[in-house]
Amino acid sequence: MLAWTVYISFIGVLAVLCLPERMVRATRAVALVAALAGLGLAVAGIARHGLDGSMTTIVKHVWVRGLGIDYYLGADGISLVLVLLTGIAATAGILFSWNIEHRAKEFFAFYLALIGGVYGVFLSFDLFLLFVFYELAIIPKYFLIAIWGSTNREYGAMKLALYSFIGSAMVLLGIVAAYVVAGSRTMDLFELAKYPFPESFQFWAFPLVFVGFAILAGLWPFHTWAPGGHVAAPTAASMLLAGVVMKLGAYGALRVAMTLFPQGLAIWRDTIALLAVVGIVYGALVALVQTDFKFVIGYSSVSHMGFVLLGLMTINAVGLSGAVLQMFSHGIIAGLLFAVVGRMVYDRAHTRDLGALEEMGLGRALPFAAVTFAVAGFASMGLPGFSGFVAELQVLIGAWYAFPTFAALAGLGIVIGAAYTLRALQKAFYGEVAESRSGAHPPLPPITLPEKIGAIMLVTVAVVVGLYPKLLLDLIGPSFYSPLFDGLRAKGAF
Amino acid sequence: MNGFPLITLLTATPLAGALVLAAIPEGRKQLARGLGLAFAAAGLFWAVLLWAKFDSSATAPQFQERHVWIPTIGAEYFVGADGLSLLMVLLAAVVTPIALLASRSIRERVPLYQSFTLFLQAGLFGTFTALNFFHWFIFWELSLVPAFFLIKFWGGPNRSAAATQFFVYTMVGSVAMLLSFLAIFWATKSFDFLELAEKGRSGELAALLNVRIDGWPDLTRREFPLVIFAGVFLGFAVKVPLIPFHTWLPTAYSEAPTGTTMLLTGVMSKMGVYGFLRILVPMFPEQMRIVLTPLLWLAVATIVLSACAAFAQKDLKRVFAYSSINHLGYCLLGIFACLKYTGGDATWSLQRSAALNGVLLQMFNHGLTASLLFCFAGFLEERGGGLRGIDQFGGLRKVAPIFCGLMGISVFASLGLPGLNGFVGEFLIFKGAFPQATWATALSVIGLLVTAVFLLTVMQRVWNGPLNERWALLPDLTWRERWIVLPATALMFLLGIYPQLVIGKINATVMLMADQLKF
Repeated sequence: MLAWTVYISFIGVLAVLCLPERMVRATRAVALVAALAGLGLAVAGIARHGLDGSMTTIVKHVWVRGLGIDYYLGADGISLVLVLLTGIAATAGILFSWNIEHRAKEFFAFYLALIGGVYGVFLSFDLFLLFVFYELAIIPKYFLIAIWGSTNREYGAMKLALYSFIGSAMVLLGIVAAYVVAGSRTMDLFELAKYPFPESFQFWAFPLVFVGFAILAGLWPFHTWAPGGHVAAPTAASMLLAGVVMKLGAYGALRVAMTLFPQGLAIWRDTIALLAVVGIVYGALVALVQTDFKFVIGYSSVSHMGFVLLGLMTINAVGLSGAVLQMFSHGIIAGLLFAVVGRMVYDRAHTRDLGALEEMGLGRALPFAAVTFAVAGFASMGLPGFSGFVAELQVLIGAWYAFPTFAALAGLGIVIGAAYTLRALQKAFYGEVAESRSGAHPPLPPITLPEKIGAIMLVTVAVVVGLYPKLLLDLIGPSFYSPLFDGLRAKGAF
Repeated sequence: MNGFPLITLLTATPLAGALVLAAIPEGRKQLARGLGLAFAAAGLFWAVLLWAKFDSSATAPQFQERHVWIPTIGAEYFVGADGLSLLMVLLAAVVTPIALLASRSIRERVPLYQSFTLFLQAGLFGTFTALNFFHWFIFWELSLVPAFFLIKFWGGPNRSAAATQFFVYTMVGSVAMLLSFLAIFWATKSFDFLELAEKGRSGELAALLNVRIDGWPDLTRREFPLVIFAGVFLGFAVKVPLIPFHTWLPTAYSEAPTGTTMLLTGVMSKMGVYGFLRILVPMFPEQMRIVLTPLLWLAVATIVLSACAAFAQKDLKRVFAYSSINHLGYCLLGIFACLKYTGGDATWSLQRSAALNGVLLQMFNHGLTASLLFCFAGFLEERGGGLRGIDQFGGLRKVAPIFCGLMGISVFASLGLPGLNGFVGEFLIFKGAFPQATWATALSVIGLLVTAVFLLTVMQRVWNGPLNERWALLPDLTWRERWIVLPATALMFLLGIYPQLVIGKINATVMLMADQLKF
């Protein structure tokens, strides 16, 4: 059933393309139905595949016999959690692009193609197939930004595309090398993970593949595409970019680089953990001094993805499940933050400059946006009761064991996180200047129903997962005990 | 244990109130005020019921409820109340309705104000009854959010800076504490306060933390538990606050609207002291003893310096803010003094239980007195059109005698006049602390003197002397205002004359605490 998440998205692409250009409403409706169907399938799939997170094969056909390439889709708990995230983020993204009129047909076609590719990556257990889907997700990204973007869109789109392609090239080189070294018989992840690659090979193959993927996860110092790309992207695209696409990178790093090359991981682990922590603190510090509202959120994403990477490097059960939970949580919360900034604020105030927003008193003019941002902001700074807290908590527990100093530094990142979130909240919504002369600006259009539905949906998810994370943790935890992670478990402390 | 989820109801009542009030349209001010008060009264009802049903002879936490929550990280929904929790819950339940009643001057976004205040109360109830770190930390942190917005939306001219400073400063302490607790969890696989306290007393906690040292080779084995201790300590020291971690407080207290300051000083500052008693002392007795001398000096510095700082203030609310730091300093002095000597000698046990009884009483009394003082300061500020400098009034006794008399009672309670509530707590603290930490206690007496001086100065400048003609028409307290402060004032007399009322309830808890300090 889960495989249909991929198919339904591509069917959606075709359906949208068949509609005439001027039927914008119908196009939107079709896109929404496709996204909702994907979400429904994800939920149903989770229910049906059992809640224990064990590995399930969905479909496995020989694809290219001579090369050992299979059409192999499957799911373990990690896949399920991320597929669920994709479903939620895709639906919310469409609700927040309800106002797209300009070339709506192409917009939604690219959008659904991106979603389909993302679902595909999360469900592929054949390395070649995974790579195909991975590339499929990157290409629409470029067009979404370059055509519908705002500030510096060509530059942002190009930078994103170049970084992504360099990353992909590194990944491709690494997996082809692994395929050759392992005897060129199979691309099956489970088979490859069993193969004992020589340590000298892992020494260079691991960083190649890991960094190749992690570029997309915003690994410092390869993160520079992220803030600019987020800012340039249209709202729905930045929601997907932060919500889902950055997770592709982290997911690939975990699923491919870390499982295939555990010895390489052991060698490079400290270095990458250091980069992750630098990313956490650096991203937070840079976010603290931004004047563009969206850049604040863009850099906060770099900071929060640092937690994911730090969690991965702990290589223990708590830290790893924290990393996966953080992927989910950041997807929801960052999506919400981008929705507020890009759609609710920018589309109405036509500025993202915090100084200008301070004058407008949006807390009065757009109370719903202000409340949503406040909730999302508190969730983002890791306040207990929201999903971010449980995730970062687990990452930090894991990090205490592996790298106590880094855990302490990451704590510093949380404090700075509180500072920049409050700064943005105060400036954007509760400026002091504004309250003294409120009413000086013409009224802004009110928040529409789709926006409200989308925001409430995302807030609900963040709170439910925050208060009852067991729902997802029960899926994630057992995943690490499948044979795929044998090598990893041997290297870490489980 | 009787299956009736009293504590859950206690915490859920203001939470439900907060949600209901958030949904009320802005125009319905009277409705919002009435509903806010009704929910606060319901909270008070549960708290009184808790008080009535509390078995004062039992030492273990009562009314326990325990449910599995997130097994993989040892999180449980685990609540219970011993004498300490009971007293603090009652305090929060008493102060909140008074704070709401004293918030008449709030005219904008009234429903939201009531909603945030109730939310804050829920956070306080939760903090004082939770017995699992995860669950406790949620309430500890969440109480920051309403406090932030209360200051930010309804505060004085400098509110934005005050709100942010308050939030970020407290967050630094909280994150340090969180990191420490995560290390503790890693070592012990437990977030359960009772279990961790047991491990702390037996020295098992330190031993388990020692094993962890391999990851951090620069530190010796003794130092790692100290680092962990320091993190937790920072969290509470900021909250109480202990000098030099107090800089957020005067600004926050003086900028916040009166009702909020009453809750901040009356109840929220007790969260820190509560943390010392519930978490820090039971879990890290050994580490606290290692750094006991500096801790005692910090307590003395807090008492003396804040009293001197209060003396130097011109703004009435800032005077009371520093005075609040001063009074909580006595609590910490009492706690630290009890750690000085080990051993089960009968004399020491007696002194320890005296000091601890004093600490608990002082927490309650200060909560009551300080919130009333801020309430009076608020009344004066309303009458003075926002003015509250102590030199800006003068001779008001002539025009507002009842105001003067009632505020005088609170001021004298605050400076520890026998017969009023403040005296008993401070007396017991000094009585218990003096033999154990003689020099520190002796030096702290300076604080008592300076407190008397600055509080009398306030009375002198504001109420006595020639009448400032500008205030010739200053209205006295209205009947409504009198009724707001009268019940609490009566309680101040009652506790001053018959402290046994409280001591009887908490004694078993205090004896247990004192007994556990033997090791």
